[in-house]
Amino acid sequence: MNQEPLVQIRDLSFSYDNRKILSGVNLTIPRGKVVAIMGSSGCGKTTTLRLIGGQLKPTSGEVRVNGQVVHELDSEGLYAMRRRTGMLFQFGALFTDMSVYDNVAFQMREHTDLPEALIHDLVLMKLHAVGLRGAHKLMPSELSGGMARRVALARSIALDPMLMMYDEPFAGLDPISLSIVGVLIRKLNDALGASSIIVTHDVQESLKIVDYIYFVSEGRIVAEGTAEEIRNSKTPYVHQFVWGEADGPVPFQYPTHNAYGDELLQKAA
Amino acid sequence: MRMATNCCRRRLEVSDNRAVQLLIKLGHQVTSRLWRLGFASRFFLAIFLHSGTSFRRMHLTFREIYFTGVMSLIIILVSGLFVGMVLGLQGYDTLQRYGSAEALGILVALSLVRELGPVVAALLFASRAGSAITAEIGLMKATEQLSAMEMMAVNPIARVVAPRFWGGVISMPLLAALFSAMGVFGGYLVGVVLIGVDSGSFWSQMQATVDFREDVVNGIIKSFVFGVIVSWVAVFEGYDCEPTAEGVSGATTRTVVTSSLAILAADFVLTALMFRGV
Repeated sequence: MNQEPLVQIRDLSFSYDNRKILSGVNLTIPRGKVVAIMGSSGCGKTTTLRLIGGQLKPTSGEVRVNGQVVHELDSEGLYAMRRRTGMLFQFGALFTDMSVYDNVAFQMREHTDLPEALIHDLVLMKLHAVGLRGAHKLMPSELSGGMARRVALARSIALDPMLMMYDEPFAGLDPISLSIVGVLIRKLNDALGASSIIVTHDVQESLKIVDYIYFVSEGRIVAEGTAEEIRNSKTPYVHQFVWGEADGPVPFQYPTHNAYGDELLQKAA
Repeated sequence: MRMATNCCRRRLEVSDNRAVQLLIKLGHQVTSRLWRLGFASRFFLAIFLHSGTSFRRMHLTFREIYFTGVMSLIIILVSGLFVGMVLGLQGYDTLQRYGSAEALGILVALSLVRELGPVVAALLFASRAGSAITAEIGLMKATEQLSAMEMMAVNPIARVVAPRFWGGVISMPLLAALFSAMGVFGGYLVGVVLIGVDSGSFWSQMQATVDFREDVVNGIIKSFVFGVIVSWVAVFEGYDCEPTAEGVSGATTRTVVTSSLAILAADFVLTALMFRGV
């Protein structure tokens, strides 16, 4: 088996116009592992996923997926890479004009010449894996948030990807759905022999299922380690994040150039 | 005294800054509009480059013809009927003053086939189907469906945009033809059935005067061009909109406004080119 990590990110920086989102990020996703990227909202987690998927181009540095530098791929190479990648979007991003069945069959119909009978069996198998075989006739508008997330999960594993990316898979789920999705992520990763990246800020659920965790703050990796190491970490940022404390190094206020007093004085003048 | 001077200086700086700010804003407006026009042109080219799927998998385009064309039928047919009826009334009122009420058929048919059919049908199409296309693509963008498609290695321009574009382009001439046909029928109802203009004159004069190449084909060319304009504006506004509720609503409004103005402007240009001295 190839021992080279599936995803390698080296000195990755990215800016939107003049706003720096990521600066000098280094991280590695080994094959077969589930790795979480955690951090507060707006710290650059989803941007990292989009850079891995080639939807954005880095300002500097590189992302290697399966040995290929993503931003150097032409559109054909990029699409070839994406065919071996699955992504679960924050709210599922199901195609609302298609049934659950057609959503899961979408990639198979687009990328393969499989006969419809075989696609039928494969779709039901994927839906069975996420516990929704009986829901294949429903439309996305008839699904609950948790069910939609699971259908999206079935859709993203349609072509047995080598890399799975999850963008906030636990956001807005009730405790039961949350636990089901967590277990599914782990089980599917092991069953497919894939590698998974979870971008999340749900600490407790993630610590149960992941092998390794990176913490991102203000566009930098500030801590990393296994679930056990993170739980026992004394790093102030990690401690504040894991235990959900209001006081700590993460500021409550959005950064501003002017002091509040100065702003009031300016208004008065 | 010194304080007053300082105050004046500060005011001058502020006004200077405001003038500069205004210039910067103006420049930004101009460059951003030019940039957007350039992007729209490249987008138009990209639609053509990725149109293979729309024709290889015709069911995708047929589906859009159904949603844009067939679903617009009622508004097109009813509007066509009423426009024709109004033409019948107004035309008769004017023509009978000169003793030419028999020419009512010519007036109704030429007005509809040359102008009102393509133009009014396109304006209705822009507000009924164009806005729906923009809203659908915009909402697909806002709910990350287009991103999801890209991540599944499926090009959204080929799979979502091009079939909608071609669906609109194919539907438009057919709808304009139906609009004109219904209009002629409306004119017949009012002119012949209601007012009593001679039926034979109504139809025979129309048949003798309306030229297939000059009038009908030019009308079809017009409606085809309007179909391209409305569909292009609709898919572009949807694809380029801000992925928020306000963004989608603004894009929908822009589709109706921009395509309506573009239709009227293009109609003038086409009319000037087609009907010089005819």
